[in-house]
Amino acid sequence: MSQAAVKTEESVIPDPYSISLEEIDMGKAALYPAQAHWAYFERLRKEDPVHFCESEEFGPYWSITKFNDIVHVDTHHKQFSSEPQIVIGDAVDFQPPMFIAMDQPKHDVQRKVVTPAVSPVQLSEVEPMIRKRVGDLLDSLPVGETFDWVDRVSIELTTQMLATLFDFPFEERRKLTYWSDISASGPQVGDDSMTEEFRLQELTKCLEEFNALWQERKAQPRKNDFISLMAHHPDMQDMDPMEYLGNLMLLIVGGNDTTRNSMSGGVVALNQNPAEYDKLRADPSLIPNMVSEIIRWQTPLAHMRRNALEDVELGGKTIKKGDKVVMWYISGNRDDEVIDRPDDFIIDRPKARHHVSFGFGIHRCMGNRLAEMQIKILWEEILKRFSNVELVGEPVRVTSNFVMGYSHLPVRLHAK
Amino acid sequence: MVQVTYIEHDGTTHEVDATEGHSLMEVAIEKMIPGIDGDCGGACACATCHVFVDEAWLAKTGEKDDMETSMLEFAEGIEANSRLACQIKASAKLDGIVVRLPESQH
Repeated sequence: MSQAAVKTEESVIPDPYSISLEEIDMGKAALYPAQAHWAYFERLRKEDPVHFCESEEFGPYWSITKFNDIVHVDTHHKQFSSEPQIVIGDAVDFQPPMFIAMDQPKHDVQRKVVTPAVSPVQLSEVEPMIRKRVGDLLDSLPVGETFDWVDRVSIELTTQMLATLFDFPFEERRKLTYWSDISASGPQVGDDSMTEEFRLQELTKCLEEFNALWQERKAQPRKNDFISLMAHHPDMQDMDPMEYLGNLMLLIVGGNDTTRNSMSGGVVALNQNPAEYDKLRADPSLIPNMVSEIIRWQTPLAHMRRNALEDVELGGKTIKKGDKVVMWYISGNRDDEVIDRPDDFIIDRPKARHHVSFGFGIHRCMGNRLAEMQIKILWEEILKRFSNVELVGEPVRVTSNFVMGYSHLPVRLHAK
Repeated sequence: MVQVTYIEHDGTTHEVDATEGHSLMEVAIEKMIPGIDGDCGGACACATCHVFVDEAWLAKTGEKDDMETSMLEFAEGIEANSRLACQIKASAKLDGIVVRLPESQH
């Protein structure tokens, strides 16, 4: 990791050791596309693992940076509430309720309604279809020409999956990508490319379309898609429109940004670590383990936020009732007290599943197995067809303290 | 040593000697028994070590706490004898215990 100051287009990001601890604000979104956050988190894990910051942008908040402290906060949901918000920024006036940002008992009730869409039985049923789609898509890609992996592969595959999970009109599936991007952007995660007003306006259109689908599904017998499951369940069928929208945003972002960026992240990781790519070519049975390693290495969602419901002692500090607490999964996954050589990408890493990217406790990612299955199938099908997915330019990263993502990844395929 | 029997969903039986004090999740991982993932490492936080405890042994495994009950809610196909293996420690009083594995932890 470079210790030198990193220059970005707008400003110079100082070396983390050139400023005082109090000045360290991990909410600054510019740190992430510049990849300057690694060195900052390294300092915090060493010198101030439970770190308080008076942020101009996000108000006062605690940063939790060590793996075990993150697990502690995540598993003590009676002390650390997920309400009203699970990202670092506070909503100004637009905050549709969603179950990821609810506590027990309502969280458990709503989560249970939609899980059948990603149940083991459901997954084994969709696996052949996913494999066929992945194969068809890979067969349609140009060999020996530069193209954008994010758009042609990562977005396309996750969006197809999402359309299936919602039984959304397939030809219009890119609308889901658009709404996902809008849901996961904005001032709350340090992105100034769109206003809250604009987000509200676009998401209202999203709600209108989904209302029509709701009416349609309600009139039909119950099926295993998210909308039908909600529309037919006594615990969710009377939700008000904002709660419906909130839960849609949750399910769309949950199934989209995350898997998409792990699909891109795998290409970046293997290109930066050619010896690991050789290992993979020599032994494709390493793929399931590699999938966990990709998800750890990428950590597609950098943080989740909680609110303390009582005073809690953690890492020698007192978190006060009412304080905002941010668990930095991206840092926990680089904690060398729990993970050996954490900065290295090692596809046959022992205990690769022991990472914090999915969170732990009652809010743990409900789609984790589907995500793993999609990425596994993608790499199995890539290895059957291509000797190399070569990264031929610099990845373009999104500006966010939440989504660790790529907006552009120029690649060239080499035939087998 | 404590004898523990794990029975896979397809009936495959594994009789293993467990070290006292280790959880039934840790033992399954050590003995490479398929069907127990234990992603969280034993923090009762991922529900990937779901087992069905044979009725004869259920009372001896003790009571589930709130966290285990909450996490089990998210496992597939739970029954009255469902437990998370990370919350059951191998001990002399459990010598001979039989647990069955669900079809999948996913």
